[in-house]
Amino acid sequence: MNWTAIRAIYVFEMARFFRTLTQSLISPVLSTSLYFVVFGTAIGSRIETVEDVSYGAFIVPGLIMLSVMTQATSNASFGIYFPKFIGTIYELLSAPVNFLEITLGYVGAAATKALFIGVIIFVTAFFFVDITVQHPFAMIAFLLMTCVSFALLGFIIGIWAGNFEQLQLIPLLVITPLVFLGGSFYSVTMLPPVWQTITMFNPVVYLISGFRWAFFGTADVPVAISLAAIAFFMAACMAAIWWIFRTGWRIRQ
Amino acid sequence: MNAIVSIKNLHKAYDSGFVALRGVDLDIAEGEILALLGPNGAGKTTLISTVCGITVPTAGKIMVGGHDTVTDYRAARSLIGLVPQEINLEPFETVENTVSFSRGLFGKKKDPARVAEVLKMLSLDDKAKSKIKELSGGMKRRVLIAKALAHEPRVLFLDEPTAGVDVELRKDMWNVVADLKAHGVTIILTTHYIEEAEAIADRVGIISKGEILLVQNKDEMMSQMGRKELRVDLVEPVETIPDALMKYDLVLAPNGRAVTYTYDTRAERTGIRTVLNDLDAAGLRMADLQTQQSSLEEIFTTLVKEQSA
Ligand SMILES: Nc1ncnc2c1ncn2[C@@H]1O[C@H](COP(=O)(O)OP(=O)(O)OP(=O)(O)O)[C@@H](O)[C@H]1O
Ligand SMILES: [Mg+2]
Repeated sequence: MNWTAIRAIYVFEMARFFRTLTQSLISPVLSTSLYFVVFGTAIGSRIETVEDVSYGAFIVPGLIMLSVMTQATSNASFGIYFPKFIGTIYELLSAPVNFLEITLGYVGAAATKALFIGVIIFVTAFFFVDITVQHPFAMIAFLLMTCVSFALLGFIIGIWAGNFEQLQLIPLLVITPLVFLGGSFYSVTMLPPVWQTITMFNPVVYLISGFRWAFFGTADVPVAISLAAIAFFMAACMAAIWWIFRTGWRIRQ
Repeated sequence: MNAIVSIKNLHKAYDSGFVALRGVDLDIAEGEILALLGPNGAGKTTLISTVCGITVPTAGKIMVGGHDTVTDYRAARSLIGLVPQEINLEPFETVENTVSFSRGLFGKKKDPARVAEVLKMLSLDDKAKSKIKELSGGMKRRVLIAKALAHEPRVLFLDEPTAGVDVELRKDMWNVVADLKAHGVTIILTTHYIEEAEAIADRVGIISKGEILLVQNKDEMMSQMGRKELRVDLVEPVETIPDALMKYDLVLAPNGRAVTYTYDTRAERTGIRTVLNDLDAAGLRMADLQTQQSSLEEIFTTLVKEQSA
């Protein structure tokens, strides 16, 4: 393993993040605060509790997930798309590094940024609602796995994208609906039976359910299944990336 | 020859089906400077990209420092530095960070002193903290070179390093190249400036339509392939060339005070003596004589024309 190279990519990517730190953080913090005002306070005052948790607190895990997933995806996709766009990818392709090292560098940095934002939102939430976390280690583990798996997904999108429209289309077209329909703002058990079945095909359900279990100790699906689903998702992304680099798809002619 | 880069029967067909390289064979000796000349679209960049791992060979074999560039790419690529033709740089990064990044990417430990040294060598030391977007085009090109040198490569590929660079800077760059050669770095450069190849290369390769037409020692190439011109200045101007001298295809200067005879140095008989004798016999008195070697440029143009014919 060329650890020096992994570190070089990671540090270089993180530098980009810190250069634009304020704009990286302001937007997620602002939008989360808006969600709390609209869902937590305005609508929440009429719902009161879901599964014995106040509605304001109930949506916290979903909100964190929403931001972390979109941020991890867009950071990683941008991170690898940008060198392709400005041509600096030549250097990665001519360096003594393999696909795993390139992926670890870029995905590691994107996941770190997303984690950062997740933590910031978690802290912001404390200003709006009372929350206690029942399984803190599990919470961190779920958060980390979500950051990594969506950064992997974003990495694939960045390699696939041929222009900036495509780069933004997938997060908008696929991830946002999956997250909203994945039970970020409600319990899946609140849906009619047919929709409950359909929802089970949405991978985000497992992530949010597991994450919410770490907070409140109640879950829509068993925690073990959540873990298995995340592991499967990560493995599928890694396999796709391995294939991409082996065939040179969209990067090496 | 102790070849540090050895290319055997290299073919490259792009996905579009276009064949950019057709059986390239090329051995590059350790420590030499090889200039690749060829018209636009000849395949120079493709050849370099394939050696460096940016494009995948369709067929053939490339060895760098004894390592296969496909099966043993780590060892092969560690030895190579690449300066691409296009100026591709992260606009918002500083010069220093960009160069350090390149070093790290090639697996070399962080070494600010080495980075500073490379920047100094390229007269970029006062720009270390500047953002790339604040640099001029010529400075950016030097940043590209600094990046390629940051990991101390043994083979350096320079794809048109002096395109769009002013005369003075070009001379500076030639000095950098000479300096690297003195340190034992093997250099392969492409250029459209024939005087550049003449000035710095040990050997010159001519490539056209994906084929290497000729690779030869520069001096040898010019003396062997070059045509020489013999110019005879006359004491008395003449209006026409006498019939007796017609067979020599002499060219008369517009003022009638000189005739030029062109001969091939490769020919068994250059014909110089008989020309001079016949000039004398025709009553043309010689004031002075001079010979001139034709430039690489002419050799190059002739070869490429011959291929198209
Ligand atoms: N990605 C690609 N897909 C298809 N064809 C390509 C690609 N890249 C280059 N070519 C073609 O391959 C041929 C060789 O291109 P190359 O860039 O190697 O030429 P070059 O000798 O470097 O030219 P120049 O002096 O203009 O830089 C050209 O005809 C070009 O159109
Ligand atoms: Mg080129």
